[in-house]
Amino acid sequence: MIAVALWSVAVLLALAPAGVVLSTRPRGSLILYGGCLIATSTLCVTALTDLLYFPHLAPSVTLPIGLPWLGAHFRLDALSAFFLVVVNLGGVAASLFALGYGQHEDSPGRVLPFYPAYLAAMNVVVLANDAFSFLVAWEFMSLTSWAMVVSHHREAENVRAGYVYLLMASFGTLALLLAFGLLASGAGYDFDAIRASHPSAALTGMVVILVLLGAGSKAGLVPLHAWLPLAHPAAPSHVSGLMSGVMTKVAVYGFVRIVFDLLPEPVWWWSMVVLLVGGPTATLGVLYALMQRDIKRVLAYSTIENIGIIFTGLGLALAFKAEGLDWVAALAFTAAMLHVFNHALFKSLLFFGAGAVLGATGERDMEKLGGLIHRMPKTAFAVLVGCVAISALPPFNGFVSEWLTFQAILLSPQLPNWGLKLIIPAVGGLLALAAAFAAACFVKLYGISFLGRPRSDVAASAHETDRFSLAAMFALAVLCLVAGILPGLFIDALAPVSKAMVGNVMPYQTGLDWLTIVPIAESRSSYNGLLVFLFAALSGMAAASAIHRLASDRLRRAPAWDCGYPDPSPTIQYSASSFSQPIRRVFGSVIFAAREIGEMPPPLSPSPARLTVDMRDLIWDALYAPIAKVIGVATERINMLQFFTIRRYLTLVFAALIVLLLVVAL
Amino acid sequence: MSSLQFDIAHLLAGSLVLASFMMLYQDRLYALLNVYALHAGVLALSVAWQAYVQHAPHLYVTALIALVFKAIIIPVALHRIIRRLGIHREIENVIGVGLTMMAGIGLVALSMVVMLRVTPGADALAREDLAFSLSVVLLGLLIMVTRRNAVSQVVGFMSLENGLVLAATGAKGMPLVVEISVAFSVLIAFIVIGIFLFRIRERFDSVDVQALDRFRGERR
Repeated sequence: MIAVALWSVAVLLALAPAGVVLSTRPRGSLILYGGCLIATSTLCVTALTDLLYFPHLAPSVTLPIGLPWLGAHFRLDALSAFFLVVVNLGGVAASLFALGYGQHEDSPGRVLPFYPAYLAAMNVVVLANDAFSFLVAWEFMSLTSWAMVVSHHREAENVRAGYVYLLMASFGTLALLLAFGLLASGAGYDFDAIRASHPSAALTGMVVILVLLGAGSKAGLVPLHAWLPLAHPAAPSHVSGLMSGVMTKVAVYGFVRIVFDLLPEPVWWWSMVVLLVGGPTATLGVLYALMQRDIKRVLAYSTIENIGIIFTGLGLALAFKAEGLDWVAALAFTAAMLHVFNHALFKSLLFFGAGAVLGATGERDMEKLGGLIHRMPKTAFAVLVGCVAISALPPFNGFVSEWLTFQAILLSPQLPNWGLKLIIPAVGGLLALAAAFAAACFVKLYGISFLGRPRSDVAASAHETDRFSLAAMFALAVLCLVAGILPGLFIDALAPVSKAMVGNVMPYQTGLDWLTIVPIAESRSSYNGLLVFLFAALSGMAAASAIHRLASDRLRRAPAWDCGYPDPSPTIQYSASSFSQPIRRVFGSVIFAAREIGEMPPPLSPSPARLTVDMRDLIWDALYAPIAKVIGVATERINMLQFFTIRRYLTLVFAALIVLLLVVAL
Repeated sequence: MSSLQFDIAHLLAGSLVLASFMMLYQDRLYALLNVYALHAGVLALSVAWQAYVQHAPHLYVTALIALVFKAIIIPVALHRIIRRLGIHREIENVIGVGLTMMAGIGLVALSMVVMLRVTPGADALAREDLAFSLSVVLLGLLIMVTRRNAVSQVVGFMSLENGLVLAATGAKGMPLVVEISVAFSVLIAFIVIGIFLFRIRERFDSVDVQALDRFRGERR
């Protein structure tokens, strides 16, 4: 099993240098993405087989590479297998999408060599069983994705995004490095040795904080999210899909691996920290998303929201486990893992949709799109499925995982700890708010981009995307539906992961009548996606046929957003900003310090009236800007050192030597 | 080891420090080179004495290398360079002689204190040798810092290296390979620096390193 996985990773690594050669060939991108497709499919099938049939084997391999006295350890346990499935499912979909989308790339040499290396790095992070391999692969993953973020380096915005990304990625790796350093102090770098060691409470506390900083900055937890909405949209769309859908999950994996697996039993305050970060992340992420006009940036901010939901689930699992309620911890953990899987599906799907729109129109700005449902009907349908799923509407998959998270939140009164008892319902409130905002956000995204009338010529002349891209999007859409109506299968597949990480499992779901899922007990709550789906489908069809039968059967086409007035310009339509204005007025004035400046010309003046909205990112202003300023001042001071004369340097060396000798002498 | 042997070793090492002091106040290049040749000669003597005292015949080789390379070849070569560069009349003084000498005395005192403090368990001869050689190294650095002519900086560097050789021979059982490689690396450094000297001169018509600073737009 693990041999197959490692050989596939080796194939991916070998494809990276091949990408350099292939990028100059006319059909090179087809060959390369085809190779990636095969390798990731192999990995995906391998991992799935492992997860479903041999979850308790956990085979491990030590290769004689890396540090000479350590080697490179790899292990394929249930958690790794699950995340391998997520990574490679995303990889398969992205490679399939790129078979079509990648052909539009103007400079393939800047993407092709890095793409397989990036996939390989994510796989190695998940497979690694020692800190050294883990960190090397982690950094490799950051660097290769950075290279693709700056692949369109002619745009100044992308270069800035790459810069911020590189800084934050280095910060995250540093935090993880320190965390592993603390862990390794008593045991060494091998994960097996770390697992067997007994670190002190103060040390594990520091490790948890460091891991939250390190993995959290990669995943995009507020306030470490600043790079994410810059970097994810800057990459080519299939890479954006991978970064948002998959790489953030690798970060979640890092957190789970260290906090749930390597560290000893959790303490209640860990969960407090995670919850207090996760809940606000969810709400703030989606509020930011609502304020954006750029499709890919909306998606990137929505990733932050979903990461918030996942981390809330993990925080709940920690809380319940620390207080001895294993069975609820299993529920919360399974919910978080299910959301990891679901988010990877629909976020990839939506980024691919954004890529298809970008390829067809060259626009990412919603205010210049509109009416695409007529020009790109198939893409529009797939994106609609993604939007419904991410808005957590039944019968799609997003609903199941968020519902399970809420089930765990509703059990919080059973906790003996008063602090947690008070915090968790508040976090639940934040999550509920986030879910509502997410629905609004995606109504806006879909409504403004795909419905109505085209707002620009490029939108009016758009055309349907190619068949590979459509195949990728539809495959993901079908998976979203399947995971939504048959969640029991997925929950049961996660049982070994939950058993290994929190020591308990959710009740088995397969075999219940009508594929219902019952997270706790029949008397409390149950959900049946299949029945909801059938009911929605049947009632919809019945309503449609009733209307057609009883009322007019004639097909009539009228201009969209006409409202009876033949309006001259499509700009009269509802716009993205006007859609989010009510929410901006309610929340934005505090959170974004948003101000609306109305400019009304005096009577008889021909100049136009204007309404400008001024929004600031308060987290950036309060946290990043001061740090950047301090570092700027400090480096300017230190920079003087670079312009000394030779003699001055010699004098410095001399003086340093004398000072050290004096220290020894006195 | 008899007291006389120890005293002679002490005397030779002390002379090396004295020679370093003499180099400190030479403001003419030829004079500096001559003192450097003397410095290397004293080093050769000192090493030879160590070879006799320690019954280590391979140290004679080291002494020979010091004598041939450092006391003869390098000074002669530098003489020729100076003549070819036409800078034999140049006078340089960065800091006053008195101040430099005071600093030198301070450095010697410092190295004594450091060495006597950190090597209480070592052999008496090695202790003295180490203290003197550290002084020579520090004085060499001081020469490099207080000069602005590239040739005299090279000489400072060479005298610093002499201090290292003295330290190496004072410690018993130093393999010959190490000594030869040190000597060889100094030769390489000498060649490289010599080439640099000519390059600098070609470019700026001077081997005063201030020219380099001026070229970079620095003001002092």
